[in-house]
Amino acid sequence: MAADGVTPPRVVLVTGVSRYLGERLASILSDDPSIEQVIGVDVVPPRGDLGRTEFVRADIRNPIIAKVIASADVDTVVHMNVIATPLGAGGRSAMKEINVIGTMQLLAACQKAPSVRKLVVKSTSAVYGSSPRDPALYSEDMEPKALPRSGYAKDAVEVEGYVRGFGRRRPDVATTLLRFSNFIGPRIETPLTRYFALPVVPRVLGFDPRVQLIHEDDGVEVLRMAALENHAGTFNVGGAGVLLLSQAVRRAGRPSVPIVEPAVNLTGQLFRRAGLVDFSPEQLRFLEHGRAMDTTRLRTVFGYEPSYSTVEAFDDFVRGRSLRPYLPKRGLADIEATLGAVLTRRRTVGG
Amino acid sequence: MAEARVIPIDGRPAPRRRPASESAQGSKRPDAVAHEPAVAADWERKVAGALAFVRRRITGDYAVDEFGFDADLNDNVLMALMRPLYDKWFRVETRGLDNIPDTGAALVVANHSGTVPLDSLMTQLALLDHHPARRHLRMLGADLVFQMPFIAPLARKSGATLACAPDAERLLSGGELVGVWPEGFKGIGKPFSERYKLQRFGRGGFVSAALRMGAPIIPCSIVGAEEIYPIIGNAKTLARILGVPYIPITPFFPLLGPLGAIPLPSKWIIEFGEPIDTSELGSAAADDPMLVFNLTDQVRETIQQTLYNLLIQRRSVFF
Repeated sequence: MAADGVTPPRVVLVTGVSRYLGERLASILSDDPSIEQVIGVDVVPPRGDLGRTEFVRADIRNPIIAKVIASADVDTVVHMNVIATPLGAGGRSAMKEINVIGTMQLLAACQKAPSVRKLVVKSTSAVYGSSPRDPALYSEDMEPKALPRSGYAKDAVEVEGYVRGFGRRRPDVATTLLRFSNFIGPRIETPLTRYFALPVVPRVLGFDPRVQLIHEDDGVEVLRMAALENHAGTFNVGGAGVLLLSQAVRRAGRPSVPIVEPAVNLTGQLFRRAGLVDFSPEQLRFLEHGRAMDTTRLRTVFGYEPSYSTVEAFDDFVRGRSLRPYLPKRGLADIEATLGAVLTRRRTVGG
Repeated sequence: MAEARVIPIDGRPAPRRRPASESAQGSKRPDAVAHEPAVAADWERKVAGALAFVRRRITGDYAVDEFGFDADLNDNVLMALMRPLYDKWFRVETRGLDNIPDTGAALVVANHSGTVPLDSLMTQLALLDHHPARRHLRMLGADLVFQMPFIAPLARKSGATLACAPDAERLLSGGELVGVWPEGFKGIGKPFSERYKLQRFGRGGFVSAALRMGAPIIPCSIVGAEEIYPIIGNAKTLARILGVPYIPITPFFPLLGPLGAIPLPSKWIIEFGEPIDTSELGSAAADDPMLVFNLTDQVRETIQQTLYNLLIQRRSVFF
C-alpha cells in the first residue's frame, strides 16, 4: 500500500522491542523485503524470534540512542516504549523516567538526525481520562474533561506534549500519534487481561463502565501501516462498539464481586501487592466510568477498519485463554430447554 | 386538537402485549377445543421468551450501543416495570403522537417536574408502546445523573446519555429520537406553589444541536407530573452536605418514611406539539445567538401555552 508517492522506509528503529507488541511489529517489519534494516531497542533482550531485526541493548534514557540513530541512518522511528505497569519497570519512579525522560531523549535524538522522516508514537486512550462528565465518545480533537493526574495516563499526556513539540520543531517529519484503546487478545498480557482472568472479578458497586477494546492483531496491523505508509496526525484506534464491564464478565463466564467505592483504592493496592493485577488509581477510575472513542478518523483518513469489533476481540480473548465459564453455555441451553418443557407441560395439564 | 388520539383509561396498549388468543376470544366465541391449544401456545411462547431472556443475561449475549443503551434490558425489564405505573396509576393519555416522525432524527423538548424524573420515563414509555414505529426516546441527562452510583449505569442502559453538544449531535446524526428536559433540576425540584410555571431553558444548547443537525424540534407538554410529589419544603443544608440540588419535603415524605415515596396517583396528559422545522434555517444558524435565543423562547412559549390549555381542559388533578 505504499502508493501515492510514498517511499517505503529503508531503516526502521523500534523502541520497546522486547515487549509483546514490539516483538510482533519488529518481526513483521523484518519479513518485509522492501525494508533494508530493522533495529530493535530495549533494555532487556527479546525472548521471541525477531527475524533479521538487529537488537541493540540500550536504554532510551541514555544519549547512546542518538548514536544508534545517526550511525544507522534511521529514517523511521516507532516509539512503543511508554509502559503502563510500574511492576514490570521496577517501580513507579523508574517507570516515569523510562516514559517521560526516555521519550525526551529519543525525540531529542530524532530532532538532531536529518535522516529521520517519520515518527510513530504508540499512545493510549487513557489520555482522555475517565469521568462522569465525559462525552459518550471522544474524538481526537476533544479535550479531556478531567486530566489524568497520575500514573501511566499522566505520563502519556506528557509524552504527547513532547511529541507535539517535536512536530512543531521538525515539521518535515511525518508524526503519527496513535491512541490505542485497551488491548486484548489471546496472547497479549496487560493488566486488563489479567483482571478478566481472575477467578472472581472485582467490580465497583453501583457502576458499570463502557469498555472499548482493540484486538492485538488489529493493533499490530495499525502500527505496521503507520510505519510503512504516511499518516501524519492523531488517530484513535479501537474496535467498533463497546462492551459493558458486567457484560464482559458474563461473556467470560466469571463470577464478579462488588466492591464499595471507598474500598476500591485499597483493594487495588492489595491486588498490586499480591502481584495479581497492576492497576493504577486512574485505571481504577476507568473501572468506574469507562471510556470510548470515536474511530471515524481511523477508518476514513487512516484507512483501516479493525477486523475485530470490541465484542469479537473479547470473545477471541476468552477462547484463546480458554477461560472456562463456571456455567457452560451448552449446560445453560439444556437447563433452558428442560425448564421450558416442565413449565409448559404443567400449565397444559393443569389449565 | 382535532388530531388528538385519546387512549381510553383502561386501555392497555394494543400492540404486542395483547396476545392473539385474547382478542380472538373477544370477537368471536371460540369453541373450547380450538381455544385450549391457543392459550397453551401463548404460554409456551412466553415461557420460552422469558427463559431465553434469562439465558442471554447470564451469558452476556446481548448488544449494547456505544452510548451504553441496552435495548434488551430496557424493553423487557425497565419499561415493563414502568407499565403498571403508566397504565394503572397515572393513566397517561397521549396526544399528538403523529407529530413524531416514524423514522429519522427529531428533538423532543419537554417540561420537567415531579421531584423524581418519572416524567421522562413516562414519555419514553409512551413513545415505545403507543407510537406506531415503537420509537426509543434517547434522553439527555444532567451530569449529576452519571455521577450517582446505581443511577448512572441504569440511566445509560435505559438509553440516556450526558446532555452535552457532542452526544446530542451524535445521536441526532444517527437518526435517533432525542428527548431533552432543558429546565433540569430547576424544573424538577421547584416548589409546588410554582407548578406549571416553566423555569429558565438552560442556555439553548438543545436548539443549537437541532439546528446543526437540521432536526425538527417537537415541543412536548406534560400535565400531571407536578402533583405526584408536591414539594412544600427543601432541606437545603442537608442537600448541600450531600452534594445534591435539593432534598424534597412533601406532605408525606419524610413524615411517612418509605410510604411517602409512593407517588400520588394524578391523571397525566402528554401532548406532543407541532414540529418546528429547523432544516430550512441551515446549520450556520446554530452560530447566530439571537436566532437561537428566539427559537428557544418560541419552544418555551409553545410548551407553556399548551400546559395552560391542558390545565383548563383537565377535570381534576386525579381524574
